[in-house]
Amino acid sequence: MATITRPPDREREARGARKGVRTAGAERTPQAAPAVLARGLEKTFRTAGTTVHAVRGLDLEVATGETVALLGPNGAGKSTTIDMLLGLCAPDAGAVALSGVSPAEAVRGGQVAAMLQTGGLLRDVSVRELVELVGSLYPAARPVDDVLAVAGLEDIADQRTQKLSGGQAQRVRFAMALVTDARLLVLDEPTVGLDVEARRDFWRVIRAAAAAGKTVIFATHYLDEADANADRIVLLARGKVVAEGPSTEIKARIGRRSIRVTLPGVDTGELLSLPGVSSAERHGEAVQLGCADSDAAVRALLARYAQARDIEVTGAGLEQAFLELTKESE
Amino acid sequence: MTTLVYTRTELLRTFRSKRFFIMALGFPLALYFLIAVPNRNITDIAGTGISAPLYFMVSMAAYGAMVAALSTGVRIAGERAAGWSRQLRVTPLSSSSYIRGKAVTAYAVALVAIGLLFLSGTLLGVRLSADEWLRMTGLLLVGLIPFVALGVLLGHLLTTDSIGPAAGGLGAVMAFLGGAWFPLGDGTLAQIAQLLPSYWLVQASHAALGGPAWPAKGWIVVAAWSVALIVLARWAFRRDTRPV
Repeated sequence: MATITRPPDREREARGARKGVRTAGAERTPQAAPAVLARGLEKTFRTAGTTVHAVRGLDLEVATGETVALLGPNGAGKSTTIDMLLGLCAPDAGAVALSGVSPAEAVRGGQVAAMLQTGGLLRDVSVRELVELVGSLYPAARPVDDVLAVAGLEDIADQRTQKLSGGQAQRVRFAMALVTDARLLVLDEPTVGLDVEARRDFWRVIRAAAAAGKTVIFATHYLDEADANADRIVLLARGKVVAEGPSTEIKARIGRRSIRVTLPGVDTGELLSLPGVSSAERHGEAVQLGCADSDAAVRALLARYAQARDIEVTGAGLEQAFLELTKESE
Repeated sequence: MTTLVYTRTELLRTFRSKRFFIMALGFPLALYFLIAVPNRNITDIAGTGISAPLYFMVSMAAYGAMVAALSTGVRIAGERAAGWSRQLRVTPLSSSSYIRGKAVTAYAVALVAIGLLFLSGTLLGVRLSADEWLRMTGLLLVGLIPFVALGVLLGHLLTTDSIGPAAGGLGAVMAFLGGAWFPLGDGTLAQIAQLLPSYWLVQASHAALGGPAWPAKGWIVVAAWSVALIVLARWAFRRDTRPV
């Protein structure tokens, strides 16, 4: 496969600067190829008359040692993107390089470990045998007992895989990714099916791996999960990157709330001057306020307008935030 | 090393599946006793020069081995449905190690089937020299190559819903056209059957007659099917990367 030369990137950079969000991976060493470099990825699926343009012109760059979240609603193209990064499906256009080599070569060399959303377990083997098998395929595998302990699987190590609960099976998938000791961990919705405690354990181990220099990419549709565990968030919607940047900035952008209040006879221009309010729209007697800081806005609203009633504060919701961002980016 | 652990795991889990063994081995064994016991005194079945217990011993061993080989496909379809195949594809396991693991497992099950049938044959009075037993076994193992490849091919083409009937049906038709249920004689059916690999698998019993069991035609047919099906199986494995 052809190696990818970095395309001119000024325009994207300029756009990112305007938006005030830009990758945090700028401090990478100039010579080392990034852990992940994807350019212009396109993928369309055609089945029985319907055409799904799953990924449309996606660029992604992840520096070695970085932890990046692919955040997006269902259908945003996260899983398809991950499949292309792993070489499980070939892009219709564009190219992927992992540390400068093709996905197939990186996989063959044991540099990649993946937790797939659809990744099932082999039947009729014990948890230990399965983890051993996966370890045996990698050149620098970790000791199986350590991995079983870290993944919390010691008590069920001798159980057959088909008898596990959903949460236990997810822990086994996790152990299968850990045992490889691969440099790049690609995790597709890794905490689905895990309870709160297991989730916490999981991220503790992943953060430790990241601290030890592993590169981690994970897909999720939970903003909080992305915010808490990633250095950088890449927002996907309808097969495109609609925003990317440090987690805190992305959270501020899409974690907005809106206030709906019944407030007749007040000019929207006046409302816009309230602290924390960034947009105002009138719907008959009611007003809809988009807020950067809803707490400040509610305080000011109640202090200034005694007649304000039926106040509702709602999270914008990830879907809504994505739709807005998609509109912005078009 | 990697192939070794993978193959060992495949063998382990296959031999753990009791239901699979009952179906794969019980059926040809039961059929053997059903057909061969009433005919055990026939010393020359349909002019072949072979006794009925011997003929059906080999034909049912061939049938059992075919079922064992094709059932690889059933396991593969299951692994694909569970998503295990995709998981394996993001590991360094090479496609040749994968196929080797599947083939070794198919052969291991086939050998158990062949062994059980041979044992049953001796119970019904089949007596052969060590040389003849070995040559027959050798021919069965060579004749099985196309079916092992066919198992892998079907496993990567079909889903869990369709693989059962497809493998079972194909196995039965192939066995029938190979002369497993009764010798086909020299008619048109036999002429057509001679183009199938199953025919030659069943004809391994001719090893007991002295002289070459397979004429050149037999070797050519088996070789041609082997090459064609191995190529197709590799193609099916390589293209099969989408979730099922």
